[in-house]
Amino acid sequence: MSSGATKSAVAYGVRARSIRWSKLLVVLGFLVPPAVIYIWLVLLPMAQAVFYSLYRWNGLGPLQHFVGLGNYELILRDRVFISALGHNLIIVALSICIQLPLALALALLLRGGVPGRAAFRMIFFLPYVLSEVVTGVIWSFIYNPQNGLMNALLGAVIPGFKPIGWLGDPGIVLYALFVVITWKYFGLHFILYTAGLQDIPSELEEAAEIDGASTWQKLRYVTIPLLGRTIRLSVFLSVLGSLQIFDLIWVMTTGGPVNASETMATYLYKFGFQRFAIGYGSAVAVVLFVICLAFAIFYQRQIMSRDYS
Amino acid sequence: MQIDWWHITTSGEGKDNWTKQAQLFTKQHPNVSIKITILENQAFKNKLATVMQSGSPPDVFQSWGGGVLGEYARAGLVKDITADLQQNGWGDSFLQGPLDLYKIDGKYYGVPWQAGMVGFWYNKELFDKAGIKQLPTTWDELLDVVKQLKAAGITPIALGEKDSWTGAFWWEYLALRVGGKEAFEKAYNRQGSFADEPFVEAGRLLKQLVDLKPFQTGFLGASYSDHQALMANEKAAMELMGQWALIVDSGLAKKPEEFEKKLDWFPFPEVKGGAGKPTDALGGADGFAIGKDAPPETIDFVRFLTRPELQKQMGATGLASLPTVKAAASSVKQPALRKIQQALSKATYYQLYYDQFLPPATGAAVNDNTQRLFAGTASPEDVAKAIEQVAATELG
Repeated sequence: MSSGATKSAVAYGVRARSIRWSKLLVVLGFLVPPAVIYIWLVLLPMAQAVFYSLYRWNGLGPLQHFVGLGNYELILRDRVFISALGHNLIIVALSICIQLPLALALALLLRGGVPGRAAFRMIFFLPYVLSEVVTGVIWSFIYNPQNGLMNALLGAVIPGFKPIGWLGDPGIVLYALFVVITWKYFGLHFILYTAGLQDIPSELEEAAEIDGASTWQKLRYVTIPLLGRTIRLSVFLSVLGSLQIFDLIWVMTTGGPVNASETMATYLYKFGFQRFAIGYGSAVAVVLFVICLAFAIFYQRQIMSRDYS
Repeated sequence: MQIDWWHITTSGEGKDNWTKQAQLFTKQHPNVSIKITILENQAFKNKLATVMQSGSPPDVFQSWGGGVLGEYARAGLVKDITADLQQNGWGDSFLQGPLDLYKIDGKYYGVPWQAGMVGFWYNKELFDKAGIKQLPTTWDELLDVVKQLKAAGITPIALGEKDSWTGAFWWEYLALRVGGKEAFEKAYNRQGSFADEPFVEAGRLLKQLVDLKPFQTGFLGASYSDHQALMANEKAAMELMGQWALIVDSGLAKKPEEFEKKLDWFPFPEVKGGAGKPTDALGGADGFAIGKDAPPETIDFVRFLTRPELQKQMGATGLASLPTVKAAASSVKQPALRKIQQALSKATYYQLYYDQFLPPATGAAVNDNTQRLFAGTASPEDVAKAIEQVAATELG
């Protein structure tokens, strides 16, 4: 009996260990392939980029010209890069101040009770579904100074209207591009807010109404605070997207004219790859990465931490 | 056995001609298949840069020779065909000038199929409408012509400055007229600099033109394709462009043959007091470069593409605005192209486009900085200095 108990205890221990062992194999089996892919296609190239950034290299032939942090020095002194960074920050600020409130307003407007709201939601979301390149090409036609829709429309509506070179004027090109960016991406934030609003229990808003809150007060003290988590997520995505934006800008203006719509990503491509300066381009990539990473860490720690405990 | 061929003739008879040649060759060589990739000029440059940096160049591809080809040659990415050129007199069949653009450090890496130069293509009808009786022979006369066109309500010049190489032609020609061969060679050999007086003066003269506002609205955001469309739709009176413009613009017109008859050509005017001669030419020779991994049949294919019968045909139809094979020289019938041919044969100096002759970063710096002159955001001195800064780092 005691030896039987001991035997079964030992047998149980053995079986428990083999269960743990097989569990471990399953976990590894699922983890290892994506980990390998992630390391090989994401982490290794990043490390390579950091490595290349320490050299002056035209991409053809072996790495010969070590310059240490020389590339980074050049980047920080280049007024084109600084202005590109400035453009990114302008897009970030405009997105937060115009694009997100617009999406929120529309999401609020199209809450329950509005007829045809499913159709509206689909229409608003549609631009997001288009590829950046297709969007860029379509809007290049719209903005065409000679034959484009924009000048034609404005000419028909405003008397004495002189055609504007939307993408050709260094003073307005960034804002013309921002219109396209808003058109394309506000649908994503719109859907996020719509989903977030549906999560708010209606009893809370009804309770506020009963207590005598006006529509504006209800919005300000009940709805928006409850939407906080979604808003914080939306801002996070928007800022990161604005810092990295490339395709739309490249297709429509290639960062021009005269670098007026340059962003860090277009700068990277132009002054790095196009000019056969891979080391320099890699350094710009590392700088862009560090900026985005710093923002992401700061934002997650300070602002989003309470959303995920 | 597949041959990868990248070219930039995106439309019209030129494109069809290349496709037909590939088909003819594969019929004669059944074990060979030819895969053609057609890209627009700027897209081609971008894509080629990427594959070059990954070390797998196409087998045959568009080239303009000069410093850019030189970069590839020094990195071992293109094939040395010097020996092949000596067989059957292939090398001798070409005009020496254009062929030498493909010579790097004494070895040949490609062959030219079209020579030419940059000049003014103008719409005769629109010039008549503005009452222009005489073609300009000096820079000041050109400015007067521009004013006359503006007064007649016609957009004087088409320019797709988003692709900044189009505007760089203006500056390069002015630098050529003011400083001549000496100024460029001095700057290139680092005995002088691109910030020297001729280059600054070129900027000043260009500013005179830009201040007249002679281009279409929004020209800074217009691509070269938009520029071509403008000419083809007769919305602008003239353009400063290479010899290919005749075929390319006509290909886009609603009625190509009709439009082609409306175009004529005149050379870049002289600048009084300049060290350069009015017979100096800015231009290039389109050619085929051969990638390092190209199969041996590729040489046969390129010989096929540059055979005298084809060159004569292309010369007669204007597909090769100016043939590079000596035997085909007399085949050019189109009157405007004959003018270019004559100008080219009298050329006292042949300057290859800066962004092909100079190494890539310097070439890009020329294009980017001259764009600032068109936008009015930099002075002629700043532009010249900025170019010199990049040249100093790349050329030493």
